[in-house]
Amino acid sequence: MMLIRCPWCGPRGAAEFHYIGEFKPRPDAQSVTSADWRDYLYVPANPSGPVTETWYHRMGCRRFFNLERDTLTNESRAVGEGIR
Amino acid sequence: MQDLCCAGAGEHAHWAAAATGRNAVEPARANGRRTTRPAPRRPPRYSALALVRHGLSGKEWPRAWRDHPLGTSYDVVIVGAGVHGLAAAYYLAANHGITNVAVLDKSYLGGGGSGRSTAILRSNYLTPEGVRFYDRSMELYRTLAADLDYNVMFSRRGHLTLAHNDSSLRTMRWRAEVNKLQGVDSELIGPAEIKRLVPYLDISPDTRYPILGALYHPPGGIIRHDAVNWGYARAADVYGVQIHQGTEVTGIDVADGRVRGVRTNRGDIATPVVLNCTAGWSTLVAAMAGVRLPIQTFPLQAAVTEPVRPFLHSVVVSGTLHVYVSQTDRGELVFGASVDPFASYSTRGSLEFAEGLATHVIELMPALSKMRLLRQWSGLCDMTPDFSPIMGGTGVDGFYVDVGWGTYGFKAGPVSGEAMAECIATGRTPEIIASFGLDRFGEGRLVGEKGAAAVGH
Repeated sequence: MMLIRCPWCGPRGAAEFHYIGEFKPRPDAQSVTSADWRDYLYVPANPSGPVTETWYHRMGCRRFFNLERDTLTNESRAVGEGIR
Repeated sequence: MQDLCCAGAGEHAHWAAAATGRNAVEPARANGRRTTRPAPRRPPRYSALALVRHGLSGKEWPRAWRDHPLGTSYDVVIVGAGVHGLAAAYYLAANHGITNVAVLDKSYLGGGGSGRSTAILRSNYLTPEGVRFYDRSMELYRTLAADLDYNVMFSRRGHLTLAHNDSSLRTMRWRAEVNKLQGVDSELIGPAEIKRLVPYLDISPDTRYPILGALYHPPGGIIRHDAVNWGYARAADVYGVQIHQGTEVTGIDVADGRVRGVRTNRGDIATPVVLNCTAGWSTLVAAMAGVRLPIQTFPLQAAVTEPVRPFLHSVVVSGTLHVYVSQTDRGELVFGASVDPFASYSTRGSLEFAEGLATHVIELMPALSKMRLLRQWSGLCDMTPDFSPIMGGTGVDGFYVDVGWGTYGFKAGPVSGEAMAECIATGRTPEIIASFGLDRFGEGRLVGEKGAAAVGH
């Protein structure tokens, strides 16, 4: 079983969580160019290595938080509160 | 790895543009000098008689393709020796006379998605573009054994996509009509007909997800995926295409917006054309050329049971239960599912997957509860936002992609190879892949196939 460390609940099985996606600050809708908005919508960094992501503890505290995870080994650590 | 992934940041220019005429490769004259290749080596034809004769002779079996020292220049370098890369190499040589081609793979031939696929073939997609495209692949698969002189064990046995609720029933009816309009044999059938085709299915109305109907696609079937890879490799080798296993691309040289060559762990190669066929790793390879792709890599797990007497004569798919089942010619049941719930490059299997899979399979066919799983494995899928592939030029002259194959790439191997070979040889994007260009995301012309591609294999 893969463990994910929720900043509020501690280590729990990954099946308790919902993966939101790579952490990407939302561009300002008033000033963003269409190219940047397209990138925000469609283009993930998709690295083979560490990446900061947003997760949701759906079967626990039901809070969003950020996680730094190595996509090659799936080792992870929480890095604070999420964006939502 | 990290900085490679960010190499293309901010280069929006590479989003634009399909291939231009300047990309065209002129056979035997690329790089301004004549290329000389040995005359095609004709291997002995494979036949039952040849098999028996050779088996009795007790001699070593000949290699199906050759190893070569890595050259310093090629007309075309294809990254990824899976079904897409090998098919592209074969059609470049067979249809367009471009034989100075190297196919590179960091691991072994057919060791990525092509060797991990559940190898289900069908063309009952949702969009006219998709149906047309995948049906051409079925057409090529039908005669592939004869074309390649290799038994690819294509078994046409019918394909059922089950509907467990009103909305899936509606999508099935929609798909059936789109399919019929494109000349593809596909129809909606009810539970009684389903039971006739697959007697072991539980069609009782009191299950958690009762079976209300199914999209029945008689031409669908399964194939021996390794045989397809090996058949293409052998047929391409006959034309002089070089296959280099254990050759990892570490960089792509681009100057003045044109591809100049690739760097590998075995040495540098000069080439005007690079084709990226690397599925789960495609964003990493594209980043080497400064091209960013709207792709995220997810693992997809599959499993196989011990072999039993043949009892399942159709491919059965359930989108609601996230599972598909087929029985191989050897009698094993092959199961597949949807991608894992989070992005990853790890190919480790999980117990959660095996548990979920078993639960859903038994829900469909309770009689299977005594069967034992033999093994499970995982492959990497390059998922696009619209569940359609990304094919063609990229805005870097000479850098082509045949990626975004997600969970549905194997069935498209032949047509992708054929289309990409034409694209590279003529410098024009063939009509059949025109709607799958990288520029569609910028222009908002997405080809939404989620309703037919998601779990439906």
